[in-house]
Amino acid sequence: MTSKDKLVARDTLFEWLLRRGDTALVLGHRVSEWCGHSPVLEEDIALANVALDLIGQARMWLGLAGEVEGKGRGENELAYLRDAWDFRNFLLAEQPNGDFGQTLMRQFLIDAYQVPLLEALKSSKDERIAAIAAKAGKEVAYHLDRSADLVIRLGDGTEESHRRMQQALDALWSYTGEMFASDAIDTAMAEAGLAPDAASLKAEWKETVEAVLDEATLTLPESDFAHMGGLTGRHSEHLGHMLAEMQFLQRAYPGATW
Amino acid sequence: MDTVWQWLSEIPDPEIPVLSLTDLGVIRDVSWQDDTLVVTVTPTYSGCPATAVINLDIETKLLECGVTKVRLQQQLSPPWTTDWLTQEGRAKLRAYGIAPPVDGTRSDSSAAGRLARLTGQGSFQVACPRCGSENTEKVSQFGSTPCKAAYRCRSCLEPFDYFKCH
Repeated sequence: MTSKDKLVARDTLFEWLLRRGDTALVLGHRVSEWCGHSPVLEEDIALANVALDLIGQARMWLGLAGEVEGKGRGENELAYLRDAWDFRNFLLAEQPNGDFGQTLMRQFLIDAYQVPLLEALKSSKDERIAAIAAKAGKEVAYHLDRSADLVIRLGDGTEESHRRMQQALDALWSYTGEMFASDAIDTAMAEAGLAPDAASLKAEWKETVEAVLDEATLTLPESDFAHMGGLTGRHSEHLGHMLAEMQFLQRAYPGATW
Repeated sequence: MDTVWQWLSEIPDPEIPVLSLTDLGVIRDVSWQDDTLVVTVTPTYSGCPATAVINLDIETKLLECGVTKVRLQQQLSPPWTTDWLTQEGRAKLRAYGIAPPVDGTRSDSSAAGRLARLTGQGSFQVACPRCGSENTEKVSQFGSTPCKAAYRCRSCLEPFDYFKCH
């Protein structure tokens, strides 16, 4: 295992793993906020199951991150005892749920990115990364089937559902560019054969997004403007509020177990 | 070792008790390391809450059977697939009222075919486990556990669970 750490600097691998783990954790927690509030029972169950998959994936990524860091922090310490500026998730994942349509649009835009990412990671030179990617990839492929299906049904649905889906797309679009903005960490990971370069995933993502949005009769926003900062810990104010709730128990009762 | 596998085949899945853990295919290996019995388990879905219960059940069963030292280890790769669900397990599922997986219909993560599936009707028929009719419809992609989807039979009008191909 230690030999694999040496393909890139330990800090680089740790940071990269936090991006994967935090994006899964933050999105998973956001989706779980629907539990008990969905429009119909079946969707409530489905959203809770998607959240469960994502939180399971977060545990695998953060567990490995803690192991790589080597400072005795595990998945729980990383999830519950870091503040917002230490989180490395995409800004898109932390955006509020909005209505049901906006939640599904956010899910679709991220699923369409995660599928090619995890597929490429299956051939990572680090077998621990490849194993997590193979496991998570199967689940995320199913999530994409579901989110794409609902984006199409709601986009090409009633006048009202169409209006809401277009509004959701317009609101979230400027958060998608961050997923493809390669930085020094991405480059180092790509050069070591550990992960694909983030920018290389854009073509496949765009192909999926364009095809589905077209079928959904939705109009792709033209602007390329991208909000940045999630990967360096500069988050929107929404993350702090989310963490206040998610981390409450461990902050108020440190080390609590049951 | 056959005896150990026999014991393991007597442990029911905590959420679908008609299946045993060996039917489900989650036990990947059993071996002795010195005086410790090491059981290698793979999770079905990353976040499946039954995973912890499965581990506890294995440990409890083996200790009851007289094994004194048991160690459980998790193996992620290769990832669990419903291809490992035994034929016997599939028959048990159907008899229990859960439609077994339709092989070859898992969500493929490779680019080829994805667009056609996402934008078209890449649907397949699931036979009703009660009346056998193929005139059924999907109600939701997820059912009462991560491994199932919710369906309804248009012939006998009964709702049923479908064990997804994964």
